[in-house]
Amino acid sequence: MALECTAKFSTTLSSLMRVENARIDDVVVAKVARLARLDLTPDELARMTEQLSGMLEHFRDIDKLDLADVAPMPQPLPLKNVFREDVVVPSLDRDEVLANAPAAEDKRFRVPPTIGFTE
Amino acid sequence: MSFPTVAQLARDIREGKVTASAVLEEHLKRVDERESEIHAFNLVTAENARAAAVEVDRAVQAGKPLGPLAGVPIALKDNMCTRGIETTCSSKILEGWKPPYDATVVTKLREAGAVIVGKTNLDEFAMGSSTENSAFGPTRNPLDTSRVPGGSSGGSAAAVAAGFAAASLGSDTGGSIRQPAALCGLVGVKPTYGVVSRYGLVAFASSLDQIGPFTHTVEDAALVMESIAGHDPMDSTSLLQPAPSLLSVLDQGVQGMRIGRVVDMPEGSEPDVLERLDAAFAALKERGAAIVDVKLPSLQFGLTAYYLVAPAEASSNLARYDGVRYGMRVDAPDLNAMYAATRSQGFGAEVKRRIMLGTYALSAGYYDAYYGKALKVRRLIADDFAKAYQSCDVVLTPTSPSVAFPFGDKTADPLAMYLCDVFTIPTNLAGHAAMSVPFGTGAHSLPVGVQVLAPALGEATMFRVAAELERAR
Repeated sequence: MALECTAKFSTTLSSLMRVENARIDDVVVAKVARLARLDLTPDELARMTEQLSGMLEHFRDIDKLDLADVAPMPQPLPLKNVFREDVVVPSLDRDEVLANAPAAEDKRFRVPPTIGFTE
Repeated sequence: MSFPTVAQLARDIREGKVTASAVLEEHLKRVDERESEIHAFNLVTAENARAAAVEVDRAVQAGKPLGPLAGVPIALKDNMCTRGIETTCSSKILEGWKPPYDATVVTKLREAGAVIVGKTNLDEFAMGSSTENSAFGPTRNPLDTSRVPGGSSGGSAAAVAAGFAAASLGSDTGGSIRQPAALCGLVGVKPTYGVVSRYGLVAFASSLDQIGPFTHTVEDAALVMESIAGHDPMDSTSLLQPAPSLLSVLDQGVQGMRIGRVVDMPEGSEPDVLERLDAAFAALKERGAAIVDVKLPSLQFGLTAYYLVAPAEASSNLARYDGVRYGMRVDAPDLNAMYAATRSQGFGAEVKRRIMLGTYALSAGYYDAYYGKALKVRRLIADDFAKAYQSCDVVLTPTSPSVAFPFGDKTADPLAMYLCDVFTIPTNLAGHAAMSVPFGTGAHSLPVGVQVLAPALGEATMFRVAAELERAR
């Protein structure tokens, strides 16, 4: 029992000390779902909140590293951009591309109304 | 059960001992016999394959020059574009999509004379380590059908292990070639980032993805690699150099080479796996290599770095599935509602989880704490490797912490599944080369893979060690 209390206390303490990592709750998860254009059911939202919290807790292992002077590495190759010659080459066949569209009309993609958003 | 190798088939077809058509029919017969049980394929392209085989046979008869893979049946992971042939990524959201172009690897395989037999099952959008996340049902391990084949390229691994194809291609973002290769007793290669073109590979995490082969032997892997590697102007991350010469190094042995043993290796491996790793070190030492202790202190943080970087990139890449240009659409009264309805019904649970994790890690207020930090940890890992490779030529680790596990073993806890990738992830973060080589069996008489890690463009050295391990097996 005493051990359990100590464990709980130290968890609270350590979460207070990591203020930069805001806790994830269902409000945050619902906001992220909106950003990602996903509708989550109440069940999915609850499960997602629990699972993401668990993962983010695990990912705190890197908090103990001193990363102040480390340069970020977004990709593995020391690449510099180069421009190709601006030459016209054949592009994809338009009919073949549009054949894959859920809806097409007059050689264009057809989408539902974009004005009068509910959001 | 043993099946003919790529090298053997290509030789026999070239010498007229057997026709490409007969070879194909043998493979298709095995598909007929076992595919309903294994489910390696999303689609078997038998008619196209028969036509391709006939073409090879005509070329043989006419004495025309043949490619190095002429008549060899090869399967493709179903996240590689094939013109006019359905490409689904094992996701409902892409069901029915027929790409208007071929991936560069597909073009290169055809030029080499390969006969493409079908599109293999995967964890949806290559997100998973067991192929249980496929929207079209799991693939079974041909060596023990109560167990997973690994993932995400589980279908490609199973197709070769079951003799449905002599070789296959997979994609490896965090271990998706090497881990299923280990679990199915095959050779699996993750080439250096930029060595094989990614043009036409449906993007998961663009700074990590690489295409590579599954084969029965190291020689076969070298053969396929030589055919698919090389610069491609259609992939802006493709390296400006020709395919590496690998067949020529296979007999060079390991005399005088330095093999790194990681002294601070992440824990959690099963004893049977570690026993095989020790045996691999002993075999290489006996054959003239020196075993060198190396430290890779950042390796233990690889999992965190990867599971922030990969979902972040995925959340961006998968934004394109919006019900407008391809795949499914769920109708709704306005555009935003259509996007959300389509994506919510089209993506499976794991894909949604990673999109959410990635969107969170990239969102305002959390970017520095998660994605930004992960990129710095990625640098530490690359720096650790750079230091280690000053004192050794390659590093040996397990490929997977365990042999193939039973279905459902890790599906309840995403983190448990992610831990399958602990030894394979660092290679992708660093952009290096690595391959898994079967090295005996462990628990339940199932295969154990040993992973050979090499620095960027270290393919030749890596294949030398792999070939020696194969001889010592």
